[in-house]
Amino acid sequence: MSEPAGVLGAATAHVNVSGQPPTPTRRGTELTMLGFVMGLLVFAFVIILENENRTFSPDVLLYLGGLLGLFVVSHLAIRTFAPYADPLILPCAAMLNGLSVAMLYRLDPAIAHSNAAPKQMLWMVLSIAAMAGTLWLVKDHRTLARYGYTFGLVGLFLLVLPGLLPCSLSCVGGAKLWILIGPVSVQPGEFAKILIIVFVAAFLVAKRDLFTIAGRKVLGVELPRLRDTGPLLVAWAVAIGVLMIEKELGASLMFFGAVLAMIYLATERASWVWIGIVLFMGGATVAYKLFTHVQTRVTNWIDPFADAQGDGYQMVQSLFSLGSGGVVGSGFGAGHPDIVPVVSSDFIVSAFGEELGFVGLTAIVLVYLVLAMRGLRSALAVRDTFGKLLAGGLSFLLMWQVFVVVGGVSKLIPQTGLTAPFLSAGGSSLAASYIMIALLLRVSDAARRPQVARPKPHTPIAQASTVLVERPT
Amino acid sequence: MMVMIVLLLANLTYVQVINADTYAKDPANTRTLLEEYSRQRGQIVSATGTILANSVETKDAQRYLRKYPDGAMYAPITGYYSSMYGTTGIEHAEDDVLNGSSAKLFVRRLSDLITGRTPQGGNVRLTIDPKTQQAAFQAMTAQHYTGAVVAIKPATGEILAMVSTPSFDPNPLASHDDNDQQTLMNQLKGDPKQVLVNRAVQEKLPPGSTFKLVVAAAALSSGTADANTPSLPADATITLPDTATTLSNFANQPCPESTNNQVSVATAIKYSCNTAFATLAGKVGKDNLTAQAAKFGIGQNDLTIPLPVVASTVGSLSDQASLYQSGIGQRDVALTPLQDAMVAATIANGGIRMQPQLVRDILAPDMSAISSFAPEEAGDPAVTKDIADQLRDMMIQSEAHTGGDGKVPGRTIASKTGTAEHGNSPKTTPPHAWYVAFAPAENPQIAVCVVVENGGNRGLAATGGSVAAGVGRATINAYLSAGG
Repeated sequence: MSEPAGVLGAATAHVNVSGQPPTPTRRGTELTMLGFVMGLLVFAFVIILENENRTFSPDVLLYLGGLLGLFVVSHLAIRTFAPYADPLILPCAAMLNGLSVAMLYRLDPAIAHSNAAPKQMLWMVLSIAAMAGTLWLVKDHRTLARYGYTFGLVGLFLLVLPGLLPCSLSCVGGAKLWILIGPVSVQPGEFAKILIIVFVAAFLVAKRDLFTIAGRKVLGVELPRLRDTGPLLVAWAVAIGVLMIEKELGASLMFFGAVLAMIYLATERASWVWIGIVLFMGGATVAYKLFTHVQTRVTNWIDPFADAQGDGYQMVQSLFSLGSGGVVGSGFGAGHPDIVPVVSSDFIVSAFGEELGFVGLTAIVLVYLVLAMRGLRSALAVRDTFGKLLAGGLSFLLMWQVFVVVGGVSKLIPQTGLTAPFLSAGGSSLAASYIMIALLLRVSDAARRPQVARPKPHTPIAQASTVLVERPT
Repeated sequence: MMVMIVLLLANLTYVQVINADTYAKDPANTRTLLEEYSRQRGQIVSATGTILANSVETKDAQRYLRKYPDGAMYAPITGYYSSMYGTTGIEHAEDDVLNGSSAKLFVRRLSDLITGRTPQGGNVRLTIDPKTQQAAFQAMTAQHYTGAVVAIKPATGEILAMVSTPSFDPNPLASHDDNDQQTLMNQLKGDPKQVLVNRAVQEKLPPGSTFKLVVAAAALSSGTADANTPSLPADATITLPDTATTLSNFANQPCPESTNNQVSVATAIKYSCNTAFATLAGKVGKDNLTAQAAKFGIGQNDLTIPLPVVASTVGSLSDQASLYQSGIGQRDVALTPLQDAMVAATIANGGIRMQPQLVRDILAPDMSAISSFAPEEAGDPAVTKDIADQLRDMMIQSEAHTGGDGKVPGRTIASKTGTAEHGNSPKTTPPHAWYVAFAPAENPQIAVCVVVENGGNRGLAATGGSVAAGVGRATINAYLSAGG
């Protein structure tokens, strides 16, 4: 691949046979950004030690060293398996993940019997291994399309599995979202959503025509033919079913939102979105009428102060936390986010809002936005439709989840039991998030990788022979 | 996607910028309290400087832990300092000094700001004398009495001892572990003896015969009777005016030392004759009795020492029969132990009632005094010096006829006992035993009031003399022996 003499290192740049300037891999940018993230995290830990009046202990170095080591390992993994991948995706994830470890380290002493920070480090090792494994296993994202239906079935199975298991194996805090095997608890829904996106992308590529045939026009909106709405209705039925058996709005909201967004991406027709929203609203209204836990969530959303010491306690405490933080926050380690129940997982956003303030929380939301934008950019740049839908779907899913979580803790929408990707404590969420960016990295690598598979003869265009152009699958 | 981001940031702006203050200052937001916890709260010390409450540095997130070295003995005074249940007692009444936010500490805070010194709370020095407090507390707890002791320095109104038993240990309520707090609070709230009530100031009980001092003062002041003229019936039993109800002397005995079946006020006090005093109250009349009671402080509903004191009452005295019954401290008459101690202290101080006070100084964090207590007369004299001396002489006589432990040769005590019936079936409910006294009679240094509820350890046979007097004398002796 790097035949011309004098070109430095094949690992850093590929030279097009045509003699055009080499496409930079941008791995150096990634490393620089990681260095910046690392500097920020050192700063964060110093502030925490100072604000909490803790004496310096070697475990801080252990955390920082561990984070540095893991960042370097993930960087090397990308360098090896996806050298042309987008250079901003990993630093964004590293930044969020690093802040999460810092926050958990800061919260641990304040919460009785909590050792979330060392656990999170352990999860991080496994998650980065999962990311590297995904990159290694999936050499070309298009291979995933071949297993679309398998992924779809497995994903669906994982999605509903906790709901079907007896409560002793699946209930944590009132919601049936878990699989409990001895001391290990897994939230299969976190992984299911990725599998389902792969399936939907593959399905839409195969059955795209189904969604584009126009039906009648009503009030200026082109409606699809009734018989073509079948797949959407199936997705809707699954979402509502999950909502009913898992007693939890989050998973079905994620699932249905992602499906809807991907149908829209594939067809560019807003009518699908409207139909989906109307359907979901209908289903949600029925669920609201039927289930008290859904009613509780909604009541807490409309006025958490009505029962500030009871059902609304968590929401009220989250608002207090955010409000006490104000514009610039109390300072990392100087607030009292530990008052908010389950602050280390579902409500970690409140903790950041309190200690880093509106400014810090906005920055975090924007880091998510950058991450999602890089994913969407890769979706635009990649040549195959499956890759476009996959990257687009995953990027949307990430932002959608951030919206539901941040909106939930700040009383914009009813609260759900979802975790903030990379930020919340918990292995399933972290591993799923890293697998998600592994897929984004893979797609972005494909998008930027120079087409050097078949070296072309250096001949004038007029004399060139006909070349069979690869058809997008 | 952009719509979602804009919505999120708009809502965060609303929550964290526009509404931030509302949430931050909400009373249910415990952060303000936690801020306070990270500052060193001031000490509460006794008159001699022994520490009753202080904050010690800890290694956990809430930097200081409140400690009460002699918890139960002082709990009714210090109160508790709890993150879950708030504050009571001096912890509550002097909270702004202890937490450092008081205006009295303003200059100090300003210099803290400039020098960068960690802000600290001011200290509170009480008027409590530890030896007296200890003697009273031990006398009460040794017999597992339920009740209260209040000792006052008659000349100044300084409260030397304030005991309420059974008491509780306030340390677990200041614990940083919410479970400790909850466990104790549930236990205390479930206790039928209401241990969280400071009986000395928050509970009023029928004072029984100790109220005869007020009736005698009213009679002498209004000229209804003089001390030594026999003008009151000595009968063992009388019938209340306009009723068929009878009222008897203790043990149904006629009053001794009678002349033509008549006794004097002094004799009636000496032997605590009920029929004589019921009749005397009838003669004094509602207006005179109410006015005299008010001069002793009975009925004042805004007294703070700085602990709030519930108002004592003589009742409505609606008819002559109730006036008769009220004359012996029954019916609707109800006094706090502090109020009854104040009656004794006022007589001891020649009729001049001093404002009772529990706080001697407010001290800066370095223990330099910021403001000090100055003795203050509470209104016009309750009785003239002459009448006060006559009452004192009657009380010396009463003491001579009172049994119980703790009499010290050469020490003259002036006292009055009370054995107050109460409840729905008074004859089968153990009475409250009272003892009010001051000593030395010729130059009073300490006035005490003791109440032991429900007969103490003697049941139905309890009297003020047999149950409460011993506690009172132990308190007096502890103070006078220490040279107070």
